[in-house]
Formats: sequence, C-alpha cells, structure tokens
Amino acid sequence: MSNSTLSYASSKAAPRAIRDIRPPLLELRNLSTHYVSQQGTRVVPAVDDVTLSIRPGETLGVVGESGSGKSTLALSILRVLPTAARIVNGQILFEGEDLVTKSDSEMRHVRGKRIAMILQDPMASLNPLFTIGNQVAESMRVHEGTRRRAAWQRAIELLKSVRIPSSETRVTQFPHEMSGGMRQRIVGAIGISCEPRLLIADEPTTSLDLTIQAQYLALLRDIQREHGLALIFITHNLGIVAKMCDQLAVMYAGRLVEYGPVERIFDNPVHPYTKALLNSIPRIDGMRQRLTAIEGQPPDMARLSPGCAFAARCPMAFDRCRVEAPPSVALEENRTARCWLAVPEPPRAAVGVA
Amino acid sequence: MSTTTITEVAAIRDTGRFRLLRSRDFPLVPVLIILTIALVAVFADFLAPHNPEVGKLAARFKPPFWMAGGSMTYPLGTDQLGRDMLSRLIFGARVSMVVGFTAVIFAGVVGTTLGIISGYMGGWVDQAIMRLTDAWLALPALTFAIFLAAIVGPSEMNIVIILALVYWTRYARIVRGEVLSLKEREFVRLAVVAGCSKWTIMRKHILPNVMNSAVVLASLMLGVVIVAEASLSFLGVGVPPPKPAWGLMLSDGKQGLMVGYWWLTVMPGLCIMLMVLSANLLGDWLRVKLDPQLRQL
Amino acid sequence: MRQFVLKRFCYSLLSLFLLSVTIFFFVRVTGDPATLLTEPGASEADIAAIHQKFGLDRPLVVQYVLFMTSLFRGDLGQSFYYQTPVMDLYWSRLPHSLLLAAVAMAFSLIIGIPSGIIAAVRIGSFWDSVGKVFALLGLSLPSFFIGLLMILLFSVYLGWLPSSGSGTPLHVIMPAFALGWYFAAAHMRLTRSSMLEVLGSEYIKLARLKGLPQRLVIAKHAFKNALIPVLTLAGINLVLMINVAVIVETVFAWPGIGRLLYEGISFRDFPVVQGVVILGGAMIVAVNLLVDIVYAVIDPRIRLGS
Repeated sequence: MSNSTLSYASSKAAPRAIRDIRPPLLELRNLSTHYVSQQGTRVVPAVDDVTLSIRPGETLGVVGESGSGKSTLALSILRVLPTAARIVNGQILFEGEDLVTKSDSEMRHVRGKRIAMILQDPMASLNPLFTIGNQVAESMRVHEGTRRRAAWQRAIELLKSVRIPSSETRVTQFPHEMSGGMRQRIVGAIGISCEPRLLIADEPTTSLDLTIQAQYLALLRDIQREHGLALIFITHNLGIVAKMCDQLAVMYAGRLVEYGPVERIFDNPVHPYTKALLNSIPRIDGMRQRLTAIEGQPPDMARLSPGCAFAARCPMAFDRCRVEAPPSVALEENRTARCWLAVPEPPRAAVGVA
Repeated sequence: MSTTTITEVAAIRDTGRFRLLRSRDFPLVPVLIILTIALVAVFADFLAPHNPEVGKLAARFKPPFWMAGGSMTYPLGTDQLGRDMLSRLIFGARVSMVVGFTAVIFAGVVGTTLGIISGYMGGWVDQAIMRLTDAWLALPALTFAIFLAAIVGPSEMNIVIILALVYWTRYARIVRGEVLSLKEREFVRLAVVAGCSKWTIMRKHILPNVMNSAVVLASLMLGVVIVAEASLSFLGVGVPPPKPAWGLMLSDGKQGLMVGYWWLTVMPGLCIMLMVLSANLLGDWLRVKLDPQLRQL
Repeated sequence: MRQFVLKRFCYSLLSLFLLSVTIFFFVRVTGDPATLLTEPGASEADIAAIHQKFGLDRPLVVQYVLFMTSLFRGDLGQSFYYQTPVMDLYWSRLPHSLLLAAVAMAFSLIIGIPSGIIAAVRIGSFWDSVGKVFALLGLSLPSFFIGLLMILLFSVYLGWLPSSGSGTPLHVIMPAFALGWYFAAAHMRLTRSSMLEVLGSEYIKLARLKGLPQRLVIAKHAFKNALIPVLTLAGINLVLMINVAVIVETVFAWPGIGRLLYEGISFRDFPVVQGVVILGGAMIVAVNLLVDIVYAVIDPRIRLGS
C-alpha cells in the first residue's frame, strides 16, 4: 500500500476531464462560519470565505491541521453547528438549492436523506442504549416512512453490504458488543441507508488501526462506486488523499489556501503550506524525510493578524504577507490558491476577495 | 502504510475561557448579607434593645410595630414568653455564626487531615479511612447528628463537635481525590527524591495545594451546617433554651402559627433563609472561581 | 457480573459492620449505656438487668458480640414510652413513611425531570433561569421553614389544607411538597447537567446528522441516556426521604418513622432512637447495593464487564 501513495493519484487524471461538463452537485460560495462568544466580544472565524465545488461521484479531500476548520466546514454544509457557531456569509448550493436559506425543517429532509455524514469516533457515535438494527433502520423510518419490519430487513441487508458477518444476529446487538472497525462500518451503513447523493466522512479512520483502516477505505470506495456517491473526505492523512480523492482542498486557519485536482497539486503545489505538507510525506523511494510537519504553532484563531495566517510559519513570507491577507487566486481552470506568491506581477486575476 | 499525520494542536478552546469570564460577577449582595449578619453577631450586646432571654409575661405575643397593637418598644414583636423578637434574632445570629463557622472549620481540619493522610499514605490506612467514610456517609447526616445529640445531650459545644463529626467525611473524600493526583506531580516526586519525610511533604507540599478545594467546600458546607444546627434546635436536641437559636425560635413559634402569630416563625425562618442562600451563592461562585474540578459537586 | 455483585456485597457488609461499630462505640464512650437504655429514673434492678443483658461489665468485644446477636435476632430493645418492641413500632410506622416518600418522590420527579430537560435544551433561556432559582431555593430553604410557611398560607389563611395529621389525600400534599422540593431541585440539577452532557455527545450529533426531528433526538436518543443517572439518584433518594423526613413529619405531625425518631428524642426513649438510626443505616446500605446491581443489569456495558 505504501508504495503506491503518489503514483496512484496521477493515474486518475483521465476520467475527470469528461465529468467536468456536468453541473456541480455541491458548490460552496464564499462560505464563512464564525464562532461568536456569548458577549459577542470574541469572534473565531472557523471557516472563512471558502469557495469550492464537487461534482456527482467525485471525491474531494479536505486536509488541514486540527482546528483548521475542516469539521466546522462539514457541519456547516449540514447546518448542524454548535450553538455558538453561525454561518455569517456565503451560499451552499446543493443540487441548485441554497441550503443556507432553508428552514430548519427543510434542512431535516436534506440531512441523512440527501447528504449523509460519518463522524470521527465510531465508539462514541452510536447510541449505547439502542440496538444496531434500531439505529440503522431509524433514518429509513424517518425519511422514507418505511415500516418497522421492512426497515429492519433493509438494515440487515445494509449491514451485509458493509461486510458485517452474520448481520441477522448483529442487528439485535448493542454497540458495545462490536469492535471499533465494525462500528465504523455500521455508521457507514447508516450513512448510505437512504441513498444520499453526497457522503461527508470526517476523519472516519483516525481511530482505527492500520489494517482496519485499509479495509474501511476500500469499502468506502466500493460503496461510492456502487451508489455513484460524491464523497467529501476530511482527513489529515495525505496518503489517504492520494489514494481516494480527485480534488483536494487544503485548509489553514479557516481559509482554503489551495484547492484543485489532487494530482496537479501533488505535482506542483503553489502554496508554501501545501509544499510543506507534501514535503513531510515519506517518499516512495525509501529516502524518508523527517516526519515533523511544519515548524511553529497554528495561530490563535481569535486573534488572527490582518495578514496571511500562515505568514509567521512561512519560509517564504515577505512584508506584504504580514500586513495584507492574500486573495484567492485562480491559477488555472478549477484551481485556486491563497498566496501572494501566486499573484502574477502586476496583480492580474484576483478573484473572490469578497 | 507510510503516511503523514499533521501535528495535532487544539485550536478552539472557546468554552473554557468564556466560562471564567461569566463567573466574574461577584456575589456582592450575598457577601454583604453575610458580613452584616457577622457584624450583628459580634455587636449583639450593643445592638439588642432588650435582654433576649428574659421577657415580660405581660407583653406576650405583641405583633411587629406596623401591625395593630404593635409598638416601637418591640419593633418585631414578642414571643410566647414576652421576649423581644428583635433581640432574640440578633443574638440568634451569634449562635448561628459561631456554631456554623466553628463546625465548618472543625470538620474541615479533621476531614482535610484525614483526606491527606488517606490519599498520601495509601494502602491499609487509605482503605480504613475510606471504608469508615463510606459507612458514615450511609447514615443521613441529620439522622446521625440527632443520634449523637441524643447520646451526649444538648449544648452549644456538643453541637459543634457533633456537626464536625458528621460532616468531616465530605472533606475527606474530596481532598483524598485531589491528593491522589497531586502525588504523581513532579514537585512532590522531587521532594521525595530530596529526602523529605512523609509528614513534611504532606504539610509543605500537599496541604497548600488542597487548600483551594477545602475552602470551596467549607463555603458550600456553611449553609448545610447552619440548616443542620437549626434543624437540631428545631427538634429540641440543639442549642438548649433559653439561648436564642433561630431553629429553636421557629419550633417554639409553631404553636402560635395556627392563631395567626406568624412573626414568631416567619422572622427566624427568613433569617435562616437569608443566611443559607447567601452562603450557597457565595459557595457556588467560589467553586466556579477557585476550583473548576469541583464544579459538579 | 457475579464477581461484581459479590464485591459490592462484601463492601456493603463492611459498611454495615463499621456502622454498627460506630453506633456501639459512641453509645459506650459517652458514659454508661445503661442509663441511656433504661427509663429515666429507672430502678437499680432495671439498670442491673440491662448490664446483664448486654454484659456491660465484660470486655468490649464480648459486649459487641452480644449487641450484634440481639440485633440479628431483630431485637432492638423495648420502647419505654410505648412499652412495645421497637421493631413493632418501626413496622407500624413504615407504611406512612413509604406513602409520604412515594408522593414526595413522584412530585420531585414530575417537577425535576421536565424542568431539567427544558433548562438543558433551552440553556440560558428564561425557563433555565426560573429553574435555577427554583433549584437554589429548594437547596437552601430548610424544610421546616417551607412547611411552616405552607401551613400559614394554606391552612391558616386560606384554610384549604389540614395543617397536620394523616388519613386523607389532602393531608399528604403539604408534607410531600415540603419534603420533595429539595429533591426536586437535586433531580432538576442532575437532569440538566446529565442532559447537557448527553446533548454534547457524538451520538446526538449523529442523530441530528441523520435528519431526525428535534423531538425525536431529545425524546429518544438524549432522554433515555440522560435519565440513567437521574433514576439512580432517585432510587437512593427514595430511601433517603424515608430517613430524613424527621423534620417534615414533626412539622406536620405525620405518623411516620421520622416522627417516631422525634418522639424518641422528646421522651428520652433511647432504644427507639438507636433502633431508627440502625435500621435507617441498614436500609441505605442495602439500597446502595441494590442500585449498583440494578445499574449493572440496566447498562449493558457494565453487565458484560467491558
């Protein structure tokens, strides 16, 4: 597996060119989600001015350090945010409809039914007091009005489809009777139970051990192919991105610093942060580089400087970086970066400064 | 599987800081009330217009001054023996404060000491002390206190000892828990390496670090102990008459209630309520302020 | 599971042992127990009989064994005032205590659980604040003051409810409220904090992400989980109520165990006092054991020892 990390990505270039004609399934336009303290004195721009899109059947990888806003981005799409968080700007266009303007009850019919999500911690994301069958069948009963017996039957089939052995008995069991890998597959089964168009997986493999991880990723890919699902894959594992994803979104301090097709970013990263990330990947030829990521600490999100958030850690930062935040620069078709280095002299194609 | 994991640094520690900010509201009114009652207790001799323990039978059941038949001679009326309510309330504050504070401090000293010993020594000492607290906690505090009071007979000093005996277990439990984690800390280990004796470590290194919790607990216990004292007095096993204790006054005034002598019960009741409410509000504030770990107490 | 129960059982026995030692010790260390165990002003012969029965002139260990043997025989001594065995008195009063505790418990749960849930779901709202004040008052107001104020209002001024005694459903209302307020406050606080904890959990997040209606998220996924600690506490509190009702029963002249304890105190009827305390302690140790076991049975995680 380790040997294919980088080569795999470039082999996927061909089919995507065809898909590009279709309208995007999901499009985020200048999305900003901020955490606001009770007194309103502290504002944390957890997601700031993010623009990206994903087409049907495509896989988008979102990478970034913890706290860079990946999870908030995902929760914003489904509008299941903590009380302190608010979408303050932007649009979330899903199949042409803006989710930001939808009412709560309208959103309910999107969640689980058209967009599903898998959470990080399989141990904690199942309710300990209800059987597996109950929890898998629940979405179908709520969204499709499936009768109890039929939903139960479907739950058994779903468990089979996520490769859980003897699923007939498993449905009657409780979460604590399952291993971590099994639970995460059950959560996956819940995700696909209503045949959504888009599945968001928030670091679904971080708490699994390596072999289980590989199995789970393979399973996800199979499910994706079978159902024609679009997948947003949140991770901080670039190896997984290389294997799984078509598009890559790199987040830093709530902003999208680089976005575009995986293989092109891997071949030619523009943002210094992306470069640093890629440089910290062990190479296939055995010449392992040091695994330490990037020197310095991520910035305090409540006290961001007016300049580029990465400037303090950036080896290539110059004066302008510290005083003025770079705009999102369109590099080539469907590719952007937020860095002054990407701005050709004189400034020509600044877009989406919002 | 050779892949990279980006360094993990928690970024949005939002809630923690805001919680502290919110607790900045100092409980001014409760503190003022406690201070007032304390001052009244100290200067009772100067403040009380009459002798609290002697009354004129001719002046029984006089209502407070604003009611028909009341006068400023007895601003808050008189009780069944013609004793001035105001004076009795003023001296009652002294009883409540003295018993409340001494019992809380006694219990605190005993409980904290045993908690430190239990937590630091470990082994059978720990087992013995903890099983004893378990057994003592099995009895409802008030029932236990009644039992002890019934054995030793009522007096102010006995009540203090009884309440300390009943309530030290609360301190012991909490303090022991803290000591268990302190024991693993660097500075304690260093002290061990440096050759300090067990007693020195407990006194110089452990004790100062559990003081916060002990103080928070003490402030929370103050209300509990004052209610307990009032309850014992109410049942007639507390501070013996004719000493004016608020609980006893309530109990004495009970008979007058049915014929409308409400001030006999309502006045001391209000005093207890004010005192306990203030103590609880102060305790709650201190708990959040000083010791986040005790928050779920 | 069996090991767990066995361990808990041993702890309970140990607690009971220490409790009995404590009681035994305190009675003897403070003077001649014979003076406590005989009527005030008893004859020389009576005192001698007590000395004989409990072997008060023999070594402490022997005394303790004698004390325990009579306990195990269910012999808690004879009440001076009623001239009947303490055990019989206890049994005759227990139903009243149970009735009062049951009503107070029902009241405390009916108030405490819904208000705790509302406070947690609408945190920071008006109702959350109302709940906080209700809880603070409940935890701060001594039950005798609540009781007397209620008598003043509902019996003296309004004349709606009988001020004391028992016999009709009306009689139980005020004592149950005076006793239950404190527990309602405790149940409310616990429901609120436990609900908040559950609402912050990943499985609630997943339930929301599944698109379940808010009602279902709260009523099915959050409620059941949040209720476990509350019901545990309620179980313990029910027994506690029986044993701490002494004040309330005194105020309302309710003929339960608390009132028996009060009579024991006022008539200097020490065997009654000692009996009530011992049985109360035993009851609480037993219920703690029971709750531990029931907990293990309800919660599948403990049951399977994982």
